[in-house]
Amino acid sequence: MFKRLAALIVTFVVLALVVCVAYFVWFDRTIPMDPSIVRAGGQDFAGIERGRYLTTAADCDACHNGPGTSPFAGGRSVETPFGIILAPNITPDRETGIGAWSDVDFDRAVRQGRRRDGSLLYPAMPFAYYAKMSRDDVRAIRAYLNTLAPARNKVAPNQLPFPFSIRASMNVWDALYFAPGAFRSDGAQSPAWNRGAYLVEGPGHCGACHTPKTLLGGDETSQAFQGYAIQGWFAPDITNDERRGLGGWSVEDIVAYLKTGHNRIAAATGPMAEEVALSSSRMTDTDLGAIATYLKAQPGRTDVVATLPSSDQAMTSGGAIYRDVCSGCHAIDGKGVPNLFPALADSSSVRSDDPASLIRVILRGARSVATSAEPTAPAMPAFGWQLNDEQLAAVVTYIRNSWGSSAPTVSPDDVRKTRAALAWRSD
Amino acid sequence: MTRKLPHKDVVIIGLGWTGSIMANELTDEGLDVVAIERGPWRDAATDFPPNYDQDELRYRIRHELFLRPDHTTFTFRNKMSQTALPIRTWGAFMPPNGVGGGGVHWNAETWRFLPIDFVLKTHLTERYGAGFLPPDMTIQDYGVTYDDLEPHYDRFEYLCGTSGLAGNLNGQIQPGGNPFEGPRSRPYPNPPQAQPFSHTLFAKAARELGYKPFPQPSGNMSQAYKNPLGVRLGPCTYCGFCEWFGCGNNSKASPQTTILPVLVRKSNFLARDNCEVTRINIDRSGKRATGVTFVDTSGEEWEQPADLVILSAYTVFNVQLLLLSGIGKPYDPIANEGVIGRNFTHQTISDVTGFFDKAKFNFNPFIASGAIGMCIDEFNGDNFDHGPHGFVGGGYMGQVQTNGRPIETTPVPLGTPRWGAAWKAAVRDNYLSTVKPGTGVHGSFYSYRDVYLDLDPSYKDRLGRPLLRMTIDFHENELKQNAFLTDRFDEIIKAMGAKETLKEYRKGPYDITKYQTTHLCGGAIMGADPSTSAINRYLQSWDVSNLFVMGASGFPQNAGYNPTGTLAALAYWSADAIRSQYLKNPGPLVHV
Amino acid sequence: MNFGRRALLLSTALFIGSGVMVRAGTVAGQLPWRPGAGSPPEPVLPGSWVFFTDSEGAAIEALADRIIPPDSDTPGGKEAGSAIFIDRQLAGPYGRQEGLYVRPPFLKGVKEQGPQDEGGPAQQYRVGLAALDRHCRASYGGKAFAELADADKDATLAGLESATVKLDGADGKAFFELALKDVQQGFFADPIYGGNRDMVAWRMIGYPGARYDYRDWIGRHNERFPLPPVSITGRSDWTPRKS
Repeated sequence: MFKRLAALIVTFVVLALVVCVAYFVWFDRTIPMDPSIVRAGGQDFAGIERGRYLTTAADCDACHNGPGTSPFAGGRSVETPFGIILAPNITPDRETGIGAWSDVDFDRAVRQGRRRDGSLLYPAMPFAYYAKMSRDDVRAIRAYLNTLAPARNKVAPNQLPFPFSIRASMNVWDALYFAPGAFRSDGAQSPAWNRGAYLVEGPGHCGACHTPKTLLGGDETSQAFQGYAIQGWFAPDITNDERRGLGGWSVEDIVAYLKTGHNRIAAATGPMAEEVALSSSRMTDTDLGAIATYLKAQPGRTDVVATLPSSDQAMTSGGAIYRDVCSGCHAIDGKGVPNLFPALADSSSVRSDDPASLIRVILRGARSVATSAEPTAPAMPAFGWQLNDEQLAAVVTYIRNSWGSSAPTVSPDDVRKTRAALAWRSD
Repeated sequence: MTRKLPHKDVVIIGLGWTGSIMANELTDEGLDVVAIERGPWRDAATDFPPNYDQDELRYRIRHELFLRPDHTTFTFRNKMSQTALPIRTWGAFMPPNGVGGGGVHWNAETWRFLPIDFVLKTHLTERYGAGFLPPDMTIQDYGVTYDDLEPHYDRFEYLCGTSGLAGNLNGQIQPGGNPFEGPRSRPYPNPPQAQPFSHTLFAKAARELGYKPFPQPSGNMSQAYKNPLGVRLGPCTYCGFCEWFGCGNNSKASPQTTILPVLVRKSNFLARDNCEVTRINIDRSGKRATGVTFVDTSGEEWEQPADLVILSAYTVFNVQLLLLSGIGKPYDPIANEGVIGRNFTHQTISDVTGFFDKAKFNFNPFIASGAIGMCIDEFNGDNFDHGPHGFVGGGYMGQVQTNGRPIETTPVPLGTPRWGAAWKAAVRDNYLSTVKPGTGVHGSFYSYRDVYLDLDPSYKDRLGRPLLRMTIDFHENELKQNAFLTDRFDEIIKAMGAKETLKEYRKGPYDITKYQTTHLCGGAIMGADPSTSAINRYLQSWDVSNLFVMGASGFPQNAGYNPTGTLAALAYWSADAIRSQYLKNPGPLVHV
Repeated sequence: MNFGRRALLLSTALFIGSGVMVRAGTVAGQLPWRPGAGSPPEPVLPGSWVFFTDSEGAAIEALADRIIPPDSDTPGGKEAGSAIFIDRQLAGPYGRQEGLYVRPPFLKGVKEQGPQDEGGPAQQYRVGLAALDRHCRASYGGKAFAELADADKDATLAGLESATVKLDGADGKAFFELALKDVQQGFFADPIYGGNRDMVAWRMIGYPGARYDYRDWIGRHNERFPLPPVSITGRSDWTPRKS
């Protein structure tokens, strides 16, 4: 029997190798470039402005900045499930940045995931999403980047742990998860929907955080936008799901959140605080409305969770904790204070199947984002020193099952594991 | 060796209320501003969150949010004939420290002075004659009027979301408000707070006695509020941990909850914390400040050059820094010359405790806020005829019971032993049914020739600098004022239905161990005459024209109200003058 | 996540103020924040005396039980933990008079000028308890304060209070006032500090403890507040019962 198994494995490996080699050697995935395209930039001010806006929408700033360097000079550690990747310098510096790259090189990197030297980019660079942008869009981005002051900042080459250190392994990933080609409008949908779809699926790359991933780190497309555990948070469901997603949010609520970081229900913190500050707060209201329209057009799931009865031990002790400790800000009815203290009663983040964000915020506190429209940036204090695992599980379960909400209970073990997982994090 | 930092347009000494107001105004003008604060940065979620803010021992008894005396303190004596001794632990007042200053741990009682308070000398002399005033009383006119300041009072109240009921709208007296207040141009930004039981009972009794009670103007939000800078505050939750404590849920007006979130986002603003300014540097002419010198926590000395210096370090630290920097002529009480240190004042506080039948009255004193209160103003300022009484001044009085924190709230009737079974039973039986305002009578403290500040000849602080010496005692005028007011207050408490009242008159000598608010005023007073004032009507130093001195140190005498509203209004008034006049043409704004 | 300009630390040395280490720094661009930031209190751990000797501890316990005697409704000062409170306080910054101004010269002034002693509470208790012990043994046939009959304890304390009983080597009245204050403060402070065990003092007076939201009660006049007291570290209802 083992002999048969061994033979099967060998066959599979050989086949895989053949496919990989064939892929790498024969299949030219580069889209033919129009030789008449001249170098982007120069005097096209409208184009540069469009490029600046697209750079903001694509949130290049979030990754391609580094500590103590000028904008887009790279060096930032980007956390991935496979290890840390250092974002490169994309200022026009000829030696340490991309100054020597042609526009074709740049387009290949952004929309095909291939570097100038031919090696493949890891999907920490969300090229699979950026591929949805058109050639013109990417040329505009390049035009804008060309206007930046060249910054000398040599970013060390990445070394992910083996086997991910083999960039060629990206060929398999690309085969599975990368579909080249710009976004195509759906004639049956409204202009707002289409613009929203373009922004969400393309430069906005929302799915990079909000869509569950396969083992190899590609999108589970059948569960698009249903939430994903990333960097010690749970990026929530952003479909129109009533319980866990944006079902209870109006288009205005979503626009307010993306524009100012706050609305009557929620406050952006953690990675979304950065997203709001650097990207969506600088986009137009129309575009944010389009994003909201598209997201609310993604159907929610239909599964139901029974509400925990109020007689349950977790509910009575959680309720006691809530009354004594939480109500001072979040109010006895769970409605908080609009734009200041989140309304737990209406929060889809609170009701997420994965309670990681909720537990994290209670354990360590959190600072919400400041924008010029909403500069207060209120902070949640840390309760990890005050509540033990049993108590924290009880109050979290209580919050998730009160005021008409229902969500799976949280156990003391869930809390213990989250505490342990967060212990090494400095963010 | 002192290291020199890059030049800034403005250096602000002390990042409390007035420091924050000035920083925001001057950064809006496009100036490059650095604020240097002796104490730590403070924020609700990390310094007084609502899960350990409720710690009476830590914050009220052990004074954690205040300055530590070993950092710097003062020496004190009643009379010039005594040797001043150091205040080794705080008592009569609680000096602030840290970003936000007193704005973090104040009650948020937000009053305006009366119009006559600003022209007190002129007014009292006109009405009663110069001979009616004690010969050594040194009260003066401010040099500004209530009308000058009205728009700036309004600005501060809207910044803070002050909760109140207007009593005088553009000259029209409004029912339910303070009928004695100066005219205001528009209503308060928020309605008054809800009042607990004992406060409404006081108001009822006061009305029955013919007075016009009104809700105390409160910087605790009666509802969620967004101020003109876009900063949001939450509704006060009546936690009873207000004064002496920071607010854990963004519902008390402070620099943190009204200004700092906007200020720190400006690229032309920098704050340094835990750095103490030791000197304001002036050039050889003595007429121009070149910046400040400060020390950080390693003892390293730095020089911060600047074109404009704002001194906003709190009353007594302002005066100490002026003296240590050699700015202005130090006051000599014997020669009656000089200005820095003259007209030092405090407040004249007393209380009446009312014991009620516990079977009929349950006051839940722990449900309260810092500025909750029903007050009457019939006995403030010159709101009544002082002729028959032989004193001047007065104050507001009211049931202003801000907490039921148990360590400090063990009222027992007169004659109860201080310990043992009888004491224990009396504490148990009276806690819920006693009215104990704390600062029930909040009287003025006018200025005198022999009440002043100077540098101590012997005691030093941790940096080897002379401590500021306080020579302060009550005068007959204030004690008479207080006896009269306390008796009136007692009448109202009795009319509430108290079965027994305990009057605690304020008696001399001034006692450094008995708390009487932190409303220290004077020492660098404003005025129209450089020989009797340190700063002009725009708070600009007469001696050093690029130095402006904020705060209650500018008050020539203290009125019968909490000072914060007025010193904030003066800061806005000064900022306005700097922006519209001084910056266009730096130099003295007032010529005599 | 840190992004944009962040708070920078300039100085490397430390300054001790109010028991918390602080360093000079700058704030620009955004309000500072760190995960888990804050300085929550350290609850006192039960166990043997940290500051007192056994006999000192016994004396303070006896003293606490006279200042706050037990009755049928509420424990006395000893069972409530006032002596533990004082023990832990004396072992900490309060005992060492940390933060107070203790520079010389120490001169005697008028009482309005406040305390001018060089020794802090820890020293005052050491000296005071030793003197009290000597006085009791001399006056009551070799018995320590804790061994006296209640009436004799009360007489001794009343004598100290009125200064009719003088202690040799200590200011008896000042020592009494100090102990009176500390016993009573320990009785009413949050239980995390060792006294007010199980919030017995708060239950006695009807104080609901470390709560923060009374919005639903501000308008309810002349009604008894029904919820039990809660300490900073909670109450028994916070922990789910095993079913």
